[in-house]
Amino acid sequence: MAVQVSIPTPLRNLTNNVDTVDAAGATIGEVLTDLEKQFPGIGERLLDAKGDVRRFVNIYLNGEDIRFLENQTTAVKTNDEISIVPAIAGG
Amino acid sequence: MATEFFSNLKCRECGRLYPKKAIHVCEFDFGPLEAAYDYSLIQKNISRKIIESRPQTMWRYRELLPIEGDPTVGLKVGFTPLIKADNLAKALGAKEVYIKNDAVNFPTLSFKDRVVAVALSRARELGFKIVACASTGNLANSVAANAASAGLESYVLIPADLEQGKVLNSLVYGTNVIGIHGPYDQVNRLCSEIAGKYGWGFVNVNLRPYYAEGSKSMGFEIVEQLGWEVPAHTIIPMASGSLLTKISKSYQEFMKVGIIPESKYSVHGAQATGCSPISQAFKSGTDLIKPVPKPNTIAKSLAIGTPADGYYAVNEVRNTKGSCEDITDQEIVDGIKLLAETEGIFAETAGGVTVGCAKKLIETGKVPRDERIVICITGNGLKTMDAVMDHVGAPRVINPSLREFDQLLAQDPRLTV
Repeated sequence: MAVQVSIPTPLRNLTNNVDTVDAAGATIGEVLTDLEKQFPGIGERLLDAKGDVRRFVNIYLNGEDIRFLENQTTAVKTNDEISIVPAIAGG
Repeated sequence: MATEFFSNLKCRECGRLYPKKAIHVCEFDFGPLEAAYDYSLIQKNISRKIIESRPQTMWRYRELLPIEGDPTVGLKVGFTPLIKADNLAKALGAKEVYIKNDAVNFPTLSFKDRVVAVALSRARELGFKIVACASTGNLANSVAANAASAGLESYVLIPADLEQGKVLNSLVYGTNVIGIHGPYDQVNRLCSEIAGKYGWGFVNVNLRPYYAEGSKSMGFEIVEQLGWEVPAHTIIPMASGSLLTKISKSYQEFMKVGIIPESKYSVHGAQATGCSPISQAFKSGTDLIKPVPKPNTIAKSLAIGTPADGYYAVNEVRNTKGSCEDITDQEIVDGIKLLAETEGIFAETAGGVTVGCAKKLIETGKVPRDERIVICITGNGLKTMDAVMDHVGAPRVINPSLREFDQLLAQDPRLTV
């Protein structure tokens, strides 16, 4: 299943400066694995040594933070939108 | 003014160095970038005497703020009153309480003028023509006003359900106000994506390393206004948690550059129970911040469910032997009224949170009654009147007749002759 993933500026040097890429997978975790296959090196930027999403990385599925869903086991369907966004300050 | 005091941006997690551009996260681990300084050079260039000789604004601590040239935006910001609040101290059963009153910060009556002064001065240095922000209200007001006076175009993005006062206080400056359906965290996420696409200077996204440092000036002023002493306890409201970490940093920097001797202090964090991810993490003994999906509190300026600096804030509180507390909406209103009735200061809801949490922290012994306490008030009550509208009573109305006035006094036991 193909989903669209928007890539934040700090990672675009790994995606040839493309801001939205297609990726495949039935869950967020599988999509992340596919991203690593397509763009080697992106995986370790997003996940820590234990395989958890890094503290300062937020991943959203259709605008919902995956931490409010089922983290990496959250199911995705065709045409879903995934955004990877660094944590930002408030105000 | 020399430019070399502020040397680089540096990742808070891995320490990698980056150039001083409009970037905010480490490319490697997404850790936040922070301004790095040459403290030994700063130590040679500032002293209490030099600082005291300068105009009473936040820029008197210029060497410890991350811009290269002279400031060009927000030149009159800061140096707000530090008030010895004896009536409030008595009400709280404490010996020595001070209010740091950013409710009267210039020009938009909140501490956000500090961060915006730095962010927009730096935005100009970096060549931005359009500046923007995601905001719960106060930041939007400040960006709108300071951009107007700096001749920069601005966009402010806010949750669509904000207090009317805060919306109007942005619109009046001719900025572009965009209301977004959804809570602040969604607004923030959208802004992050807009910043990546349009290349604007977002004060709390790609200008964040500069913006965040502006908060330190509140701490520098507290120390100077206490006669160059760090207060034993500083009670600080927390939304993203940034202000708390920066006030603590300001105390440490003053020690580092020899302005004050090494001193012990505690910072304490205040939140509204309806959105208290940092306070909850503190109370459960962890530094894992569990996001709040649907914040529900009248303290909208603190309603950030995914606090970016929550992790650092909770650790700063622990490292300084401080504590965190959170209170209900009713206690927030009571806090606003207590401060108003004892000290004549009308704070916004976030101020009610801080006063209310101070009360709780003192009652529970987490802040000792006999040590010096500073309570940080960060915004003005005139901006969140909706929150207290139904809790302050109404005027008694009579005709312009002395007889009616006499009767009014005679009938109402609360009025005294």
